[in-house]
Amino acid sequence: MSEHILEVQQLSKYFHINKNQTVKSVDDISISIKKGETFGLVGESGSGKSTLGKTIVGLQAPTSGNIIYNGKDVEKLDKSTKKVINRELQIIFQDPHASLNPRMQVGDIIAEGMDAYKLAKGQERQNRIYELLERVGLRPEHAKRYPHEFSGGQRQRIGIARALAVKPKFIVADEPISALDVSIQAQVINLLDDLKKEEELTYLFIAHDLGMVKHISDRIGVMYLGKMMEMSESDELFKNPLHPYTQALLSAIPNPNPRADKRERIVLQGDPPSPVNPPSGCRFRTRCPHAMDICSQKAPEWKEIQKDHWTACHLY
Amino acid sequence: MAHLLEVKNLEVNFKTYGGEVKAVRDVSFHVNKGEILAIVGESGSGKSVTVQSIMGLIPTPPGIIRGGTIHFHDKDILKMSKKEMRKIKGSKISMVFQDPMTSLNPTMRIGKQIEEGLILHQGLSKDDAKKRAIEMIKLVGIPNPEERYNQFPHEFSGGMRQRAMIAIALSCNPELLIADEPTTALDVTIQAQVLELMKDLQNKLDTSIILITHDLGVVAETAQRVIVMYAGMMVESGTVFDLFENPKHPYTWGLLESIPKVEDGEKKPLVPIEGSPPDLFSPPKGCPFAPRCKFAMDICLEEIPPDFEIDQGHTAKCWLNDPRAPKVEDLVAAGSEE
Repeated sequence: MSEHILEVQQLSKYFHINKNQTVKSVDDISISIKKGETFGLVGESGSGKSTLGKTIVGLQAPTSGNIIYNGKDVEKLDKSTKKVINRELQIIFQDPHASLNPRMQVGDIIAEGMDAYKLAKGQERQNRIYELLERVGLRPEHAKRYPHEFSGGQRQRIGIARALAVKPKFIVADEPISALDVSIQAQVINLLDDLKKEEELTYLFIAHDLGMVKHISDRIGVMYLGKMMEMSESDELFKNPLHPYTQALLSAIPNPNPRADKRERIVLQGDPPSPVNPPSGCRFRTRCPHAMDICSQKAPEWKEIQKDHWTACHLY
Repeated sequence: MAHLLEVKNLEVNFKTYGGEVKAVRDVSFHVNKGEILAIVGESGSGKSVTVQSIMGLIPTPPGIIRGGTIHFHDKDILKMSKKEMRKIKGSKISMVFQDPMTSLNPTMRIGKQIEEGLILHQGLSKDDAKKRAIEMIKLVGIPNPEERYNQFPHEFSGGMRQRAMIAIALSCNPELLIADEPTTALDVTIQAQVLELMKDLQNKLDTSIILITHDLGVVAETAQRVIVMYAGMMVESGTVFDLFENPKHPYTWGLLESIPKVEDGEKKPLVPIEGSPPDLFSPPKGCPFAPRCKFAMDICLEEIPPDFEIDQGHTAKCWLNDPRAPKVEDLVAAGSEE
């Protein structure tokens, strides 16, 4: 299938913390992302969304499962093809303060990938740095400065420029705006939106701010404790959430309208359980208002309830 | 009726190698009994420094309170001796900090941390303090209070730690609770729990709350009145309805436009506020927001606007509200014709 730029098939990533304990950080997840699409991934901390993103771009090897990029299984490729794919899959990190080398000039940070892939040299390299800086709303003279001279929003722009430098096709944006102020968030979101159109990019957008995810994504997947709970088109997900977890998550978003009817808020009891020792059966059952007997015995199947609207819940 | 807390013309500076930073400039507001007042603003807007001066937490040096008064009941907190201050801190006014990971003592059992204030301020015996501590743990919705009493902070999750912080802050029945971004470090579902808890406790105990946040959704759902801060100044203040339905400052407009509306059907591009906040070492001569403001006029660059009173209790620091200023509607119309 050429329609999907990226397919993740039954991907799992486990971390062994000691002999007897394993954290199933990502457990048996399958998603397909179409070319030019923005796929939003939401979930609470510890749900495995960042691990999934990092595994997709190859920063971590999967425990099992396949990642198919443009019809080719990434694991089975020879080194040189893999290198090309690694170039086309890029990531933007969450914390703009920690993800830039404080001892490198911004120009060199941006060009590091280009150097590694030998994309440009000398004057051409320099021009490309200037072009990228302008592309993300900074100025060419910024190339000679160091990261500490920039604000959070500007640093995030540098991170974006670095990802763009190697002409990627697919970008994983791992909570790119959660460390930024509200008025700056909108700037970065609009930049990502413009770049997507102009450079024909595909995004995997990871966040916990559902409002922003809805705004930017075509489809959304909801994760909880390493499992995918629900997946559908973003409007559909907000209009008609099927899984009780999605329903609770949506009702928990504070509404910026003081006159809005106080929506029936589903306040979940308790905290997410530890991923080291997840509940049997459905992982959400300990906090689920609709939990039944079967929920503790059998993990629910991943089913397509309506067209393109998938969920894993015994209620359906 | 006298206000519970009245801050007048507060000025706080910080001395640094680069010069004196004007962190809070001429801020005045009040808190009534039993209400939730929200303070919104970006990082560096001076909201935390404002409440830290109420708590007497400004480190001096480098901080200097250059002017103003903070009246709690009828007494000026800024003129109190250390001893008087100590009586108020933790018992009459208490605070919940942003980061529950770093504001609890990692080597002390949770129960003991709650008891500390009770023994110090209310003179309870150890046994009574323990009873009260367990009651508090129950009140903030932590299951198995007896067991939790003996646990250490690392055994608590983020949301639980924040609840423990709230239990400590509320243990002496304070009249005023200051919550500095109490839910920023938490997940949405946990944030909902903590906010419900705070509203609930405010109803039950009639505590006044100052809630610092940058999430306008949180403001709309919890607060009765709001203050918007920018670059150390209070740019607008009013009831939540004033702020959300009839905002009169371009910065407030910008904030409201830059959040995605969950209920909107169609997708419109977000309207960001271009540029970034000014450098507080040398704040602009005029209105601090003027360099980023779409509607800036000549006077905005020259002179800091006064607080224009829009309605009773609703003020905005913006020249557009001067009767001589052009109507914003006309400016928008002119802008779209260009």
